[in-house]
Amino acid sequence: MLNITPQAAIDELKSEFAFFDDWTDRYQYIIDMGKALPAFPADKQDDAHKFYGCQSQVWFDAEWQNNRLMLQGTSDAAIVKGLIALLFRVYGQQTADEILATTPGFLDDMGLKTHLSANRATGLMGMIQKIQTLAAESKKTP
Amino acid sequence: MSDTPNTASTFDVEAIRAQFPALQQRVNGKPLVYLDNAATTQKPLCVIDAVNQFYRVDNANIHRGVHALSARATEQYEAAREQIRQSLNAAAVDEIVFVRGTTEAINLVASSFGSRLKAGDEILISALEHHANIVPWHLLRERMGIVLKVIPVTDMGELDLSALPALITPRTRLLAVNHVSNALGTINPVQAICAQAHAHGVPVLIDGAQGLPHGLVDVQAINCDFYAMSGHKAFGPSGVGALYARRPWLDELPPYQGGGDMIETVRFDCVRYAPPPAKFEAGTPNIEGAIGLKAALAWHAAQNWPAITHHEAQLLAAAAIGLQEIPGLRLIGQAAHKVPVVSFVIAGCHPHDIGTLLDAMGIAVRTGQHCAMPVLEQLGAATGTVRASFAFYNTMDDVQALVRAVHRAHDLLS
Repeated sequence: MLNITPQAAIDELKSEFAFFDDWTDRYQYIIDMGKALPAFPADKQDDAHKFYGCQSQVWFDAEWQNNRLMLQGTSDAAIVKGLIALLFRVYGQQTADEILATTPGFLDDMGLKTHLSANRATGLMGMIQKIQTLAAESKKTP
Repeated sequence: MSDTPNTASTFDVEAIRAQFPALQQRVNGKPLVYLDNAATTQKPLCVIDAVNQFYRVDNANIHRGVHALSARATEQYEAAREQIRQSLNAAAVDEIVFVRGTTEAINLVASSFGSRLKAGDEILISALEHHANIVPWHLLRERMGIVLKVIPVTDMGELDLSALPALITPRTRLLAVNHVSNALGTINPVQAICAQAHAHGVPVLIDGAQGLPHGLVDVQAINCDFYAMSGHKAFGPSGVGALYARRPWLDELPPYQGGGDMIETVRFDCVRYAPPPAKFEAGTPNIEGAIGLKAALAWHAAQNWPAITHHEAQLLAAAAIGLQEIPGLRLIGQAAHKVPVVSFVIAGCHPHDIGTLLDAMGIAVRTGQHCAMPVLEQLGAATGTVRASFAFYNTMDDVQALVRAVHRAHDLLS
């Protein structure tokens, strides 16, 4: 995929969302994004890669390649998996500086706040914090 | 049904709904269909007004002021205790202890009753319990080495009471079960359970969080020793509830927490406790909550209960029939006696996805394990269920909206 900035990805997502006037249709779109997510390696689908949610689970892995963070992830719930795909469009293959400059606040503007703030249900917040932590740590290492 | 024309004709669900401001809103552009009543109920205007009125006019601390406001607040607070006595049909008002809710009521008993236990003593609960009636006993097991025994549940979601005689032993000190299962809606035969336990000299605690909202409670008829309830599940405010305990228990058990209002005299070498129920009520309580609860229970008691029971049975039957037409849907918990709660899973669809899509369609349900992991695991729903729980302000239109929305969610997810 051609690399665009997080802000450009957010703008793209917002305009795609604006196309729908109904939340059910937006979720259909999110579910379809999840279906297009590359398969998560079965051997990484373990506790070491898991973010526990009281309702759904998130599995996640990341590694730096040429100073850009490559992300892999999945969930047992279709909408959560779609939200992972959405987040990867923003944070995937970005530099540490770009990741740190992009807070997950854009999800509020998109009406997806309930999936994150103070919500222990999905494990998604854990994944976002991990992405931010990885970016912050990479800045510290000489 | 032709056999209930009188009750049905005098039950006007729209007139009831009109008293609930929160039900008159749109969510995600759709009229709200609120089906999460087992988590908490909405509040009628009389409750909202009572709490508002207290803060506008009568706010004062209770039981110790000499001034007019304190006298009014105390009078209303104690009137709330009397209303709870009536709603539970307790024999005496001093058998009602104010607590934060069912969870605190059970923790109070686990703490005060539990302090008299010894390692090896047994507490008998059931596989159908909410975590609030499991974890306090687990803590006691960790602290004191008591033994936790569990009445099994059948695949229909009913207590297997044939196992009860073998589970009651000379070391059984208390039997603690729920009146109604929050996860499945099963109504347990608590009167028969109390009779069996008492025949062996074992006292019984009933977790009544889900019983009162459906009008089921008479503690003297049930003949339990303890009954725990929450205000917010019965149209009252959050953070207030009651423990009913038979008076001899309240005399015998040690206090739960220490502080003001629960003492007669305090010296550094000697404290004399106040008589019950004050002995169990340390500190300034949730006064406005109690006053709101009084309004809720008085309103609740004034309803046409035969008609409500009929209406709730119709909601339950219609929801069960409508949902079962959805391919791959399995109802979890099909007890013969249930309150209007339907818990279900759909093959290939995650409960959290279904709940999220229902919310997008304006329908509020709960998904997950409903603080009852053991029973859901046993019934093959370890990742949780979707639970639609009805109150009597729900309508047949709500049932139809639910069924339509679950059909749509199923289509989107498969």
